[in-house]
Amino acid sequence: MHAAANLWPLWGVAVIVIGFALRINPMLVVVGATVVTGLCATMPLLDILAQIGTGFVKTRNLPLIIILPLAVIGLLERYGLREQAQAWISKVRVASAGRLLIVYLAVRELSSALGLVSLGGHAQMVRPLIAPMAEGAALNNHGSLTDEMRYRIRAMAAATDNVGLFYGEDIFVAFGGIMLMHTLLTGMGVAVEPLAIAAWGIPTALCAFLIQAVRLYRLDGHLLRQAGASQSGAGAPSTATAMHAEGH
Amino acid sequence: MIVHSEYFYWMVGCILAITGVMILTDKTHSRRISSSAFWFIIAALFLFSDWLPPALTGACVVVAALIAGFGGLGRGKPNNLPEQQRQASAMRLGNRLFVPALIVPVGTLIGSIALPKLKIGGMYFLDPANPTLTALGVSVIVAVLVACWLTRGTVLESMRQSRHLTESLGWTLLLPQMLAILGLMFGRAGVGDAAAWLTHTYVNTDYKLVAILVYTVGAAVVTMILGGAFAAFPVMMMAVGLPVLIHVYHGNPAVIAAIGMFSGYSGTLMTPMAAHFNIVPAALLDLPDRYGVIRAQVMTALPLLAANVVLLYVLM
Repeated sequence: MHAAANLWPLWGVAVIVIGFALRINPMLVVVGATVVTGLCATMPLLDILAQIGTGFVKTRNLPLIIILPLAVIGLLERYGLREQAQAWISKVRVASAGRLLIVYLAVRELSSALGLVSLGGHAQMVRPLIAPMAEGAALNNHGSLTDEMRYRIRAMAAATDNVGLFYGEDIFVAFGGIMLMHTLLTGMGVAVEPLAIAAWGIPTALCAFLIQAVRLYRLDGHLLRQAGASQSGAGAPSTATAMHAEGH
Repeated sequence: MIVHSEYFYWMVGCILAITGVMILTDKTHSRRISSSAFWFIIAALFLFSDWLPPALTGACVVVAALIAGFGGLGRGKPNNLPEQQRQASAMRLGNRLFVPALIVPVGTLIGSIALPKLKIGGMYFLDPANPTLTALGVSVIVAVLVACWLTRGTVLESMRQSRHLTESLGWTLLLPQMLAILGLMFGRAGVGDAAAWLTHTYVNTDYKLVAILVYTVGAAVVTMILGGAFAAFPVMMMAVGLPVLIHVYHGNPAVIAAIGMFSGYSGTLMTPMAAHFNIVPAALLDLPDRYGVIRAQVMTALPLLAANVVLLYVLM
């Protein structure tokens, strides 16, 4: 089956790599790569457009799960949802950004492993609840947060949701990924049980939890150092650099 | 069935059309015409693409992508309440504010698990082909109504807020879909076969550790290029997994499959091509750096990839 592969469509991959490297707008890069790949596979332009159109109709559910919750979140944020999330977490004395996210990681990974993947997500949980709570906990511990600290906490909150989801759902036996592997291997004449594939994912899932949890644990220390640096820097960072520049 | 999943595509179409009208009538907007044109096109596609010829739909998608790609999208000024009023409102409403926020994930969860078999008057309540999506849609409608009742806000206010959030996400909302379309095109044009052929032909896999490294790191790299581990897994299985790890080294196929897919996930954590997980949340969380989430994930993804190499070597 490897006798003669047509290597021309790899130009589409080249467009992607070059486009992202040159920091061209991703929409242009991706549309460009789609058209180039189609042309290299000797598809007529009209077929390429039809392929794009069919693909759009098939994948309409992707933006839908982001767009629909915005109507709820927008309204609640206008009336103080984020402020309330921060106030609520400040009542939990032992809370810190890292500890809160470790708890979320555990909940997200375990619930995903049971197939309960919709109990999270960036639009549904991270933006309205998890990120503001993590910021609130850090604010409580460090007094004030620089923009850099806020962005760091938010990025780690999003990363935690991804890690919990990916490495949890793949040990759930009825997950599409397990089905895909099983179907593919069966098609290649390799006998394997879906349950065995799911079970052999558990060691990696544990490693994923440990690695992300250690990083979240260290996030608190990182924030503490940054808070110390911003306070001992006598006010705004811009003043600090200005003073520094004068010294030399 | 009573609730079809198509209803929610139409609902999104209506929401985006309202967004377009709001932008068109917003005199302070920096790119009024091109922005509203973009959202009108997307709205029309959500409303009518089931009936349009595929080539016309495709042409509309390309036009929308070009508008976005050449900087045609601007942002209006959000009309937030002042900080003090928000604090006062949070004090007044307290933890009740969490209720509508939690209705969305919890309602989706319950709906997708408990309700697919629910029948009312002999008809399925939710679309049995897509219970998660329909459960999400129903939960959102309930949550908006509860939120309006609780905050004394209006559905119109909720549309205004939704418009500003939609605009702040901008084209990143459509990027996952464009990448999925590219993935379909890659599949049709045989990009995976070509990559498998290259790996198989040019990489020496006479040593077990080298073979394992090619399989795991290859899965991560191909995932980074294709944007998803599901697309990369068959490539690496055909190129290295089946011919070398299973046939030459007689490894346990279940271990090889499970760890191969997880090695791909390390790639997912590091690529802008997985926009749904990496680029959209950066926009949702107002990060100034489009790649901020990826940067936060690299130091999880790389140690995990190394762990996978060790685990596969030991367990296989």
